[in-house]
Amino acid sequence: MGFESQPDFGTPESRSSKSVTLTIDSREVTVPVGTSIMRAAKENGGDIPSLCATDSVKSFGSCRMCLVEIEGRKGTPSSCTTPVEEGMVVHTQTDRLARLRRGVMELYISDHPLDCLTCSANNDCELQDTAAEVGLRDVRYGYEGENHLGTKPDVSNPYFLFAPDKCIVCSRCVRACDEVQGTLALTVQGRGFASAISAGQSDDDFLSSECVSCGACVQACPTSALMEKSVKQHGKPERSVITTCAYCGVGCTFRAEMKGEQLVRMIPYKDGKANRGHSCVKGRFAWGYANHQDRITGPMIRESIEEPWREVSWEEALAFTADRLNAIKAKHGAGALGGVTSSRCTNEETFLVQKLVRAGFGSNNVDTCARVCHSPTGYGLKTTFGTSAGTQDFDSVEQSDVILVIGANPTDAHPVFASRIKKRLRQGAKIIVIDPRRIDLVKSPHIEAAHHLPLQPGTNVAVLTAMAHVIVTEGLANEEFVRERCEWDEYEDWARFVSEARHSPEFLEAVTRVPAEELRGAARLYATGGNGAIYYGLGVTEHSQGSSTVMAIANLAMATGNLGKPGVGVNPLRGQNNVQGACDMGSFPHELPGYRHISDPDVRGSFENHWGVTLAPEPGLRLPNMLDAAKDGSFRAIYIQGEDVLQSDPNTHHVAEALKAMECVIVHDLFLNETAGYAHVFLPGSTFLEKNGTFTNAERRIQPVRKVVEPANGLEDWEVTQELARAMGFDWNYSHASEILEEIAALTPTFAGVSWEMLEECGSVQWPVNEANPEGSPVMHVGGFVRGKGKFVVTGYVPTDEKTGPRFPLLLTTGRILSQYNVGAQTRRTQNTAWHEEDLLEIHPTDAENRGLKDGDWVKLASRTGETTLRATVTDRVAPGVVYTTFHHPATQANVVTSDYSDWATNCPEYKVTAVQVTPSNGPTDWQESYASWAEKSRRIKAEAKAEPAE
Amino acid sequence: MDAAKLARMANDIANNFAVLGDEEAVASTANHIRMFWDPRMREQAFAMTAAGDEAFIEIARKALEQLASAAGANG
Repeated sequence: MGFESQPDFGTPESRSSKSVTLTIDSREVTVPVGTSIMRAAKENGGDIPSLCATDSVKSFGSCRMCLVEIEGRKGTPSSCTTPVEEGMVVHTQTDRLARLRRGVMELYISDHPLDCLTCSANNDCELQDTAAEVGLRDVRYGYEGENHLGTKPDVSNPYFLFAPDKCIVCSRCVRACDEVQGTLALTVQGRGFASAISAGQSDDDFLSSECVSCGACVQACPTSALMEKSVKQHGKPERSVITTCAYCGVGCTFRAEMKGEQLVRMIPYKDGKANRGHSCVKGRFAWGYANHQDRITGPMIRESIEEPWREVSWEEALAFTADRLNAIKAKHGAGALGGVTSSRCTNEETFLVQKLVRAGFGSNNVDTCARVCHSPTGYGLKTTFGTSAGTQDFDSVEQSDVILVIGANPTDAHPVFASRIKKRLRQGAKIIVIDPRRIDLVKSPHIEAAHHLPLQPGTNVAVLTAMAHVIVTEGLANEEFVRERCEWDEYEDWARFVSEARHSPEFLEAVTRVPAEELRGAARLYATGGNGAIYYGLGVTEHSQGSSTVMAIANLAMATGNLGKPGVGVNPLRGQNNVQGACDMGSFPHELPGYRHISDPDVRGSFENHWGVTLAPEPGLRLPNMLDAAKDGSFRAIYIQGEDVLQSDPNTHHVAEALKAMECVIVHDLFLNETAGYAHVFLPGSTFLEKNGTFTNAERRIQPVRKVVEPANGLEDWEVTQELARAMGFDWNYSHASEILEEIAALTPTFAGVSWEMLEECGSVQWPVNEANPEGSPVMHVGGFVRGKGKFVVTGYVPTDEKTGPRFPLLLTTGRILSQYNVGAQTRRTQNTAWHEEDLLEIHPTDAENRGLKDGDWVKLASRTGETTLRATVTDRVAPGVVYTTFHHPATQANVVTSDYSDWATNCPEYKVTAVQVTPSNGPTDWQESYASWAEKSRRIKAEAKAEPAE
Repeated sequence: MDAAKLARMANDIANNFAVLGDEEAVASTANHIRMFWDPRMREQAFAMTAAGDEAFIEIARKALEQLASAAGANG
């Protein structure tokens, strides 16, 4: 694909099913009712000059460039603000219009630098194009009068600059910030000639303002006033590749705009069905890690973790690894070997890792990072609905009337979808937030939650049961839906259970700390407010009752009939880009691809026939079980692709001891991550820009990942796994990721209709894709559940064993921040550190005062498991008794303090509830100091032996 | 594996099924352990119950005994 920009129709499309026919410049055109004249002209091959119009925001009519003449009407109305009408006759190019447009353009240009040849937007500038289009030949006013030339640019944002002298004050950036992103960080300050774009308050620059650096303003700017610094540095791109973002589970589609092998910028793709042309600071800008100096591009091995790394050839590394694995298997059996697939890698890569473990190693000891995030979703939704997946597409939220967000912070963790939620809220939908923290969706510009239930961490099931109590006892359940779609007997059992007085909001208020009347209001609103959609995150799953909470959510949705159509549903917001895909691909030890239990002889048989092996029929070890088994000696080797278990898994000391106990730890990653400190083999990985394959996002959308540049390490990640398999003696011969996808489709009923060619043609598709749904399934469970009838599950509230007490009186809950991602391996190696260079501890003013702490103080955070130090942020975002931090930075290692309590059904760790104490501190803990020293030592790379110089 | 942790895992499962009543809770706990636990974990738990380990709550113990008995019958 060349560099040409995507078409811009000037104003948003109308979705009316009715159409009108009109005449534009003698051409008869038919368009939907509500379409602007500008869009009608552009959709039909014409082009009306414009500056303030772009199809991502509503029409504004300020630039006066798009004037047209309409027969029978006076004057020259702007075509962007004038809707089409039946029989209308429009003229877009007349002498009168040409004079008017040239006159306006002349005024614009009289206050604009004429440095086009050296401007970073040269030949990619709408002002330049429009000046050409209107035939501007002279500026009669001269340039000596008052103007804005020479004003100082704002370069505070690490990724883009604002040059006021290039600004034509068209307000596209302000409107993009308002309408697309929903942050409302920008405004036009002053009036008339003094009008100027301003970020935040008068003292602010872009970096210090509320700007979240999503890039929507840069995207909307018609000139170089808002411009990527990378374009200024490298020049205009010359080709582009459409691919999928490798950050969160939203799965935004981007155009990677290239100049040779240099990535110049990532532009959100308007036809991307997950992001609809929007982006966040991570996907849009934070790709610099791909070429960071820390990246390791050659394989390394060492006999023991005390030794420095030795750089070796691929052949030597793979032979060393295969020998170790084969020797361990021969001595200790297949059960001593296992692997971890990566939710950051492609479907094809995760499929191959689980294949290597099951068919190559001979065990089912395979797991994925979903173990520590969404494994309860797998259990809960499969039990209640019949399959482990969100029920809706993202577009569905446009038809929601009540949005219930529980245990998720979309503005930070799923920002592009959060913008769509906010857009819907600005249109009048209501939001209920169930979260211990006052997240941005509780209150931010133009957003205010109808109900915020700031529950005590660990009481999700109690809160949801109390909501169910209100719905059932107040007669708000949709029994017609339940009778038709669900197991009625089970509903009756559940309804009886939740109706008991001990489940009333009033009775449970002492446990949940949620005011009963507020909870009743939330339940009533969800049940009766129209289309009710539930979105949830790790604040649901990462609890000792994570699976119960997922089932309690499913119960609520079924009881109110909020399933099986657009606007409703139960939607897990997946943390990493390919969590959904990694789970789909059989990464759990008890399931083969497509969520089919390993004990099913027919399912196992189909894989055995295809792979030519006999598979073990019993479930393997989950990741936490592997670590436990390593300490007792029955588990000795692990292949970890794209996952940093030392930093991301709970109880860091325990993880370190387990890794230390193993004989062969293989880390396949971009960087020497924290886990690599305990590894014997380092296999260099490739970034998402360097590989082909597919990711599946949170809405089950299978999207192509296309190679943009050649892998710096020489191999795509699936090729590395294949080479390891070959070194172990398996005859694998895939020559392209599409061949792996073909195998997945052949073996997985829900992927039956998926192929690389199909994705090339349609862009993306939502599984299931099969004979019944050849074009995919935007909404699931339409007309019936995957399991047949929906299953109500009685979910009793079982308090966590993690209790506060005199020694540990506060509850710690952990989460993410917008600019950082997961363990920070990628984002810490970008300029996103400008927003978040360290993990901070949020603590309520009362708790801070009781401890003599003030904002910015160093504090010791201690639990029964361990302790660390970090700086405090005093804020009432958290309730008294609750503290909060992120886990993005290894210097803090928040997981040193988290416990190994876990979800009863899946062993997903209870990250969200740890009893802690916070005390003033004057420096790092002993552990932090010793770990820093160990980390430095473990990363040593042996210098190449050099020949002595000649005498 | 750490015996206390294994017992805690079995007890967590049992506690969450307890709401179903003893009989169904025992069956559900047994089924859950059979479907999701690696055989070495099951066998260690069987050995613990056989040795009279008192770390298990009643539902978990019965479930493990039921499973052990079925495994013995099948094996």
